[in-house]
Amino acid sequence: MPDSLQPIEDPNRAVVGAGRPPVIAPGHTFGTVTDKISAIVLTRRTPLGWYAGFGTAMLFTLLLLVSLTYLVTKGIGIWGNNVPVGWAFDITNFVWWIGIGHAGTLISAILLLLRQTWRTSINRFAEAMTLFAVACAAVFPVFHTGRPWLAYWLFPYPNTMSIWPQFRSPLIWDVFAVSTYASVSLLFWFVGLIPDLATLRDRSQSRGGRIIYGALAMGWRGSAHAWHRYETAYLLLAGLATPLVVSVHTVVSFDFAVSIIPGWHTTIFPPYFVAGAIYSGFAMVLTLAIPIRHVYDLEDFITMRHLQNMAKVMLVTGLIVAYGYMTEAFIAWYSADKFEGFVLLNRMFGPYAVFYWALILCNIVTPQLLWFKRVRTSVPTLFLISLVVNVGMWLERFVIIVLSLHRDFLPSSWGNYAPTFWDWSTLLGTIGLFVSLLFLFVRFLPMISIFEMRTILPEARVNE
Amino acid sequence: MKAASPLYGVMAEFDDPASLVAATERAYREGYRCMDAYSPFPIEALHAALGSRPTRLPLIVLIGGITGCIGGYLLQYWTSVVAYPLNIGGKPFHSWPAFIPVTFECTILVAALSAVLGMLALNGLPQPYHSVFNVPRFALASRNRFFLCIEARDPRFDIDATRQFLETLNPREVTAVAD
Repeated sequence: MPDSLQPIEDPNRAVVGAGRPPVIAPGHTFGTVTDKISAIVLTRRTPLGWYAGFGTAMLFTLLLLVSLTYLVTKGIGIWGNNVPVGWAFDITNFVWWIGIGHAGTLISAILLLLRQTWRTSINRFAEAMTLFAVACAAVFPVFHTGRPWLAYWLFPYPNTMSIWPQFRSPLIWDVFAVSTYASVSLLFWFVGLIPDLATLRDRSQSRGGRIIYGALAMGWRGSAHAWHRYETAYLLLAGLATPLVVSVHTVVSFDFAVSIIPGWHTTIFPPYFVAGAIYSGFAMVLTLAIPIRHVYDLEDFITMRHLQNMAKVMLVTGLIVAYGYMTEAFIAWYSADKFEGFVLLNRMFGPYAVFYWALILCNIVTPQLLWFKRVRTSVPTLFLISLVVNVGMWLERFVIIVLSLHRDFLPSSWGNYAPTFWDWSTLLGTIGLFVSLLFLFVRFLPMISIFEMRTILPEARVNE
Repeated sequence: MKAASPLYGVMAEFDDPASLVAATERAYREGYRCMDAYSPFPIEALHAALGSRPTRLPLIVLIGGITGCIGGYLLQYWTSVVAYPLNIGGKPFHSWPAFIPVTFECTILVAALSAVLGMLALNGLPQPYHSVFNVPRFALASRNRFFLCIEARDPRFDIDATRQFLETLNPREVTAVAD
């Protein structure tokens, strides 16, 4: 008996030699999976580190509130944005956050359609990550308008001014794409949670817990008829979310590609933005999954197989992004357009060259380490690479946005951009908001889909 | 058995999914139709074992998607051509290629909303009260136990005969469910 139980205690060691690590450590049953995941929410003592981490993240959230309050009282002049560089940190951060938000739906929808069972233990918190990233992203364009209290003017509604949005503008497409993405991601996440909320309702010891989880579970009973419709709905949602996830960053790239600014006006943007979004999203999932599995002892459920697969997805999407950079450079030369050529040279050797080369180092050079199995199986190295890619993808958006704007067609209109304290504080503040929401999520909701974990256990098989 | 309280049905509890599917098939062959099986995760074979028809949900989602598609396009057409025509760089008022992204997003949004709301409506959720929750052990239906409940409204239902029948299926326990 101790022999057969050993792999649970050290799944990593047990699987390294086995060729393909399992998606769930051996020895688990319906009961143990349920208890282990629901205990994090219901019975386990909240670790001290949770309070420390949540408190720190809340401080940064407060910094966000201070920054936005000051912004609203003073106007966006407190940011470094200026006349040639009208889009700067705000739009860089917006695109960065939206990109991070792509992995959640990709993991839940596309990998579900492709029957990748390893998605099961990471989809729930990847979806939560998506929602929180989209929430952080929304802060930037809304406050960049300068009058966030009028943001509802972006939506078409009958009004006393008798005006309507201008549907030929990519910026209005963006409003529809991002708000649809946020709504569908929320629906997908909530539908996935319903059976697990029922589990929490049935297992909660406290009256408050039973009432709250019970209300959220809406009376879910797990009846066969209900499961049938549930699975149909889930599959259809996955099918709908798959083109949606591809469309969102495509539309975000249209914000640039439809304009005539050199460096933006290019057809490679949609696929290269989508690949970049998936790349940064998986990097963020790794950044979050590695500490979470360690702190909550979830190595049985988030195994080396998951980490390795995510590393492989990062490698592939990183190579697509590298191809995008090469195409940009090639077309800048091949088009013989002197403005396009200048943008490239300005990126490589202009005043912001250090950011361009840092981007190449972070996004193209570093991930090449993932070709080596030793790197993919080393958890600390993976964690470091994921952080480097997060930084690299932020730099990519900075290089695209600021470097194209600060020197366009007429040298007389050139200028430079430098972020102010409030640019940095708003970025750090949204990171704080993101992390605070994640801390609340892991404390109050099951971070791994319990019912889907049951389905991948060997005992779930029905022999006919 | 307390004859006084009205009865919702009789419920048998099983240890594993295979026994539940086998029991459901037996009950169906026995002629029971008003019954439901409860499991902590979706089991494809159960739906067939209960003799249920496929759900209408895909049709609802299709209708939702088409509504979103046409609605989204008409919204843009009407605002750009009829209600508020604006000359943008000399483009035609009815610039259909520019209307595709928003039409697409509206299609997905309405289809997704129909999928979720349709699923909840067909499942009768939210439902604050249901008789099966009167069985204390039913709390395990969301953990690791499998239940088959034959309902009293079934024409073949007979409290003693049905109970005896369920006992023959090798359950862990058979319980009467108060309504």
